[in-house]
Amino acid sequence: MLTLIVRRVLRLVVVLAGVSVVTFAILHVSGDPVSLMMPEAPEADRAVLRQAMGFNEPLPVQFVRFLGNTARGNFGNSFFHRAPALPLVLERMPTTLLLTVLAMGLSLCIAVPIGILTAVRRNSVLDHGATLVVFLGTSMPSFWTGIMLILLFAVQLRLLPVSGWEGWAALVLPTLTLVTVGTPLLLRIVRSSMLEVINLDYVRTARAKGVSEWIVICHHALVNAALPLVTVAGLQFGLLLGGAIITETVFAVPGVGRLIVGAIRQLDFPIVQAGVFLLALIVVLVNFAVDLLYIYLNPQIRVR
Amino acid sequence: MSIGTLAPPTVTLHEGAARDAESSRSWRKLVRNPAAIAGAVILLVVIGAAVFAPYVAPHDPTRQSLIRRFTPPVWAHGGNTAYLLGTDQVGRDILSRIIHGARVSLVVGIAAVLVSLTVGVTLGLLSGFLHGRVDTGIMTVVDVTLSFPQLLLALAFVAALGPSLGTIIVVLGLTGWERYTRVVRAEVLALREKDFVEAARAMGAGPTRLLLRHLLPNTFSSIIVMSTLQVAQAILAEAALSFLGVGTGSAYPTWGQMIALGRDFVSVAWWLPTFPGLAILLTVLAINLVGDRLRDALDPRVG
Repeated sequence: MLTLIVRRVLRLVVVLAGVSVVTFAILHVSGDPVSLMMPEAPEADRAVLRQAMGFNEPLPVQFVRFLGNTARGNFGNSFFHRAPALPLVLERMPTTLLLTVLAMGLSLCIAVPIGILTAVRRNSVLDHGATLVVFLGTSMPSFWTGIMLILLFAVQLRLLPVSGWEGWAALVLPTLTLVTVGTPLLLRIVRSSMLEVINLDYVRTARAKGVSEWIVICHHALVNAALPLVTVAGLQFGLLLGGAIITETVFAVPGVGRLIVGAIRQLDFPIVQAGVFLLALIVVLVNFAVDLLYIYLNPQIRVR
Repeated sequence: MSIGTLAPPTVTLHEGAARDAESSRSWRKLVRNPAAIAGAVILLVVIGAAVFAPYVAPHDPTRQSLIRRFTPPVWAHGGNTAYLLGTDQVGRDILSRIIHGARVSLVVGIAAVLVSLTVGVTLGLLSGFLHGRVDTGIMTVVDVTLSFPQLLLALAFVAALGPSLGTIIVVLGLTGWERYTRVVRAEVLALREKDFVEAARAMGAGPTRLLLRHLLPNTFSSIIVMSTLQVAQAILAEAALSFLGVGTGSAYPTWGQMIALGRDFVSVAWWLPTFPGLAILLTVLAINLVGDRLRDALDPRVG
């Protein structure tokens, strides 16, 4: 078990190095970062900037400097806000995380019980209904779902605010939109992993010795079905963070996603790099935690 | 054959015949499902609309008309039979724009998947066949790719490379290949020690031949299912990028861009964002239904 954890930590380091390469590449992939940052500037100004930012040096040198700066949390100054990029991103991170965690929690609250029920009552009306919802949910563009929710609850019924981030009512629609992104896949995983274990010998044995049906399902079956769920929930977190970018844009929520989208329109690449790096960092750390949880939960590994 | 049969199997089916029987069974499974048929029909309509867009669209999708601004759909009060789904804020016909928008969605969806397939399958074959350092290296790249929210990565790189149809296709293709690598690698690892591969090797087949003739075909059914479903995801991703303002960079209508423009008028003209969204929903749903049915039909493990 210890070697496994050490191996996971090593992989974490390697993956973080890879994440830095990709983040670095955002600015350099076009070949000329300066014309990317100031497309309309005269050549003389560009030369000055190129010199000042060290873009004349060989790429490996620039990358090493980028790594050093990243390790110190320095992504450069935002062109637009004229302030260091990292604090600007960090300041908005709680909003994005709140939205993501709320949506994740709510998705789990919906997906787990309904997934279990649909597996237990296979081919029932509920099962077919849930399948339909899963298909619709995975086929809807989330930004459109958000706009339709605005149309219904804010424009027609006038129950909730159209956009913004003032008070709890403003949380409802963005969270709901993100839940439609998160729930379908989770529901599908819960159902299929429950179906896989529900007919195994040990579950039948439990039934045969007279254990009540609910204990069989919640204790015997669910514990084993939880393993794939943990892995998928980890991956799902990345999907929801990506979804938050869209949701924040639709509802004008002042989070990291909206900051990045705005920065992209203003060609403000320090913000883009800092935001992309931090969001990826969170995904990596969440998945690392999920890996450890998996090792802990899986007796096949834990005992060894 | 049921387990209770006592008679020995006297007839050994010719391999080709067995395969025919299997494929016709797959076909029957595919056809027996009404949802999959509905999906296929919708898909055919969308493809037809995309291919023949200039002929089936009732109006020029870019022609503006200030007197016809915000015409509601034909069944609503003030609707006009010439504009079935109404017009937008500058008087362009929404139906025509949706029909033309189908072209962008389908082209991006299919082309991005082709890029993903090429990269993903090649790396998967190499990774599974060569193991060792190559395998570790490739799987690390997969791990890194999975660390980014796909949309975020696509957003940043499309913006950096300059929005265009080609950029979107390449970037979406390069952010979605890892699924093929993982599946192909797993299958190659499982298959490479099998007798038929050993036999082929003993008969002098080189590594390239082994990979392409003996290992690759065995991964086809999972690849077909995955790529069908990825087309759906790529269409959603393209729409999202267009919505966020890093689209094709041209004036040609796309569904995502129509929704983005319609968003600002949602309180006065609900039809602006609603119909392009429905077009996306129907198309993606159709592909998902067909893809899901394909999985059931091609995967022998599913009843």
